Amino acid sequence: MSNIIKITIDGRECTARPGQTVLEAAAANGIYIPSLCRFEGLKPAGSCRVCTVRVGGRYQASCTFPVSEGMAVESAVPDLEDMRKAIVEMLFVEGNHMCPTCEKSGNCELQALAYRFRMLVPRFPYLFPKKAVEPAGSKLLMEQNRCIKCLRCATGIRTKDNKKVFGPLHRSVEKKLFVDPALASALPERWARKAMDRCPVGCILRKEVGFAVPVGRRKYDKAPIGSDIEKPRS
Amino acid sequence: MARKITIEPVTRVEGHGKVTILLNDRNKVERARLHIVEFRGFERFVQGRPYWEAPVLVQRLCGICPVSHHLAAAKAMDVIAGVGPAGLSPTAEKMRRLMHYGQMFQSHALHFFHLASPDLLFGADADPAIRNVIGVIAHDRELATRAVLLRKFGQEVILATAGKKIHGTGAIPGGINKNLSPEERDALLNCPAPYNVDTMIDWAEEAVEFVKGYQAKNRELMDGFAAFPSNHLSLVGKDGALDFYHGALRAVDAEGRRILDDVDYNDYLTYIGEEVRSWSYMKFPYLKSLGKEDGWYRVGPLARLNVCDFVPTPRAQKQFETFRAYTGGKPNHMSLHTHWARLIELLHSGEVIKQLLLDPDLQKDDLVRKGKKTGEGVGLLEAPRGTLFHHYRVDGNDQISMANLIVSTTNNNEPMNRAVDWVARNVIDGRAEITEGMLNRVEIAIRAYDPCLSCATHALGKMPLEVELIDAAGTVVDRKRR
Repeated sequence: MSNIIKITIDGRECTARPGQTVLEAAAANGIYIPSLCRFEGLKPAGSCRVCTVRVGGRYQASCTFPVSEGMAVESAVPDLEDMRKAIVEMLFVEGNHMCPTCEKSGNCELQALAYRFRMLVPRFPYLFPKKAVEPAGSKLLMEQNRCIKCLRCATGIRTKDNKKVFGPLHRSVEKKLFVDPALASALPERWARKAMDRCPVGCILRKEVGFAVPVGRRKYDKAPIGSDIEKPRS
Repeated sequence: MARKITIEPVTRVEGHGKVTILLNDRNKVERARLHIVEFRGFERFVQGRPYWEAPVLVQRLCGICPVSHHLAAAKAMDVIAGVGPAGLSPTAEKMRRLMHYGQMFQSHALHFFHLASPDLLFGADADPAIRNVIGVIAHDRELATRAVLLRKFGQEVILATAGKKIHGTGAIPGGINKNLSPEERDALLNCPAPYNVDTMIDWAEEAVEFVKGYQAKNRELMDGFAAFPSNHLSLVGKDGALDFYHGALRAVDAEGRRILDDVDYNDYLTYIGEEVRSWSYMKFPYLKSLGKEDGWYRVGPLARLNVCDFVPTPRAQKQFETFRAYTGGKPNHMSLHTHWARLIELLHSGEVIKQLLLDPDLQKDDLVRKGKKTGEGVGLLEAPRGTLFHHYRVDGNDQISMANLIVSTTNNNEPMNRAVDWVARNVIDGRAEITEGMLNRVEIAIRAYDPCLSCATHALGKMPLEVELIDAAGTVVDRKRR
């Protein structure tokens, strides 16, 4: 069996390795497929659907869908791009995202995608749900207004003895992230920071460090999201 | 006495003032009031937010002087972070000062040239179509160019210190998040004229001379219009110097006698009360020792120059001496002299900016300090429009549980009402109709205090304003709205 699989993404010939997902193969070929819940090094959950592509006429989450020989993937096509934009818009209206005063602004993946998709005003009505900032032990605060339920924290933040610190509570529109305050307080500083950094939005906040990076030096001040992957088409 | 109060929630977003003038049986003015019908609610919705977010959140109160709110909140949060005003690193303190003096510079330039100068250049009775900044551009291109570049320079100082020209994030509890790079410093210090600090100082001084000349030619207007005695309040530096960023509270009465001196602003509640009146969303602060009736005071440029002992930069000090000499060293109560005082402060700000730009502390890396946290903090400073009070309490989870903000315009509430009352009694008295010229004079009186209620829209010559004339029976006999 060959170690090289040939696929096309939007007609562009790409090579992939067996076992790679479409999103990974695209990135390896310099093609950025926007994604939100996925985090490098964590098992993809496929929950946000921002990375949706079309393969053989069917919609697939590219972060979980494996490549296969001869696969023709549609990604940067108008209807899919608009669908991705709509998902981002829905995430905005489902929460209370006040970018101007959010300490994650400039480092926020949701905001960065909104800029990438040139979102101005969401097409959906704002829901303005009643949510609050919740204490989460001595090191963290949970700003529930901003949570997009990506579950990166639930998957990736664990104590030394492998206990989950975060987890989902309830289902559907009632779903929210629960944090065990005792376990969160016991997290070493490095992991408390990691919890904040892995959160794609400004939901998990390490106390007292907000706004330490000046405007102009934040991640997406320097380069738009995806630009580290994208290569200009030759 | 019959009266009518209209609350208009549509005016929440932009500044909106409403004036009612009550007439007695003989068509004489009984009372005039300036109602502030904006409702912002910042004190309420900041509750529950993490305390380090406050400096970034509350600055959204304003688009003209956000730096003042940003820094007043940061000063309060320094106390909560256990650093306090004295514990900041020299770099942090000086970066904040630079940011604040940049803010004073741009705001004062904006107010005088864009907002107030059309009244002076064209007069109160001029056609509203030319009595605006566009009219200034057509009338005096050089003046208008300077107006734009002076403001721009202040904004560039803010950009270099806060990261953005409007609503930056520079100040954080216990310090600052950036220093001033040599490139940023050199751009402000050494750019070819006119884009450098020396040119700006020269222009600011010429602006002071301009208003002095105007005053000499228009004494009746400048000295007489809406002049009334009052107390004056401001922060002053420890040595009695004019200081916009930090100091102790001092208040003087109409004769210049000190009512408060060297008061630690953390104790402001001991000395200052706030009265609520049913007809305005804006409270009426007063000095407790003098009571609600007599304890009201002015803040802002006029008050600051009445309260301080000296101005700690040479060119502004020289102008200050002339200003003080005009009233024989006594407090100056002439509302329109606020413009004169404001331009002296513009000049002073330019000189301080230059001093700070030459200070090598601004290139150092000691930016943030930490201390033992406390549950409460007060931060005061002198904003362009006057003394600004921020007071917060924080719970055990680092979330804000209480906020009390007394903004400059609130401090000037009673003086603005007195100024409007003066116009009513001197311009409108005995007449049953409101003319355009009367409206303008009401505006000019309010505008001298540079209130925030108008800053959003009157740049093009129109202050959102409603004036009602109400007779003794409570009937609205005339109403003009713009």
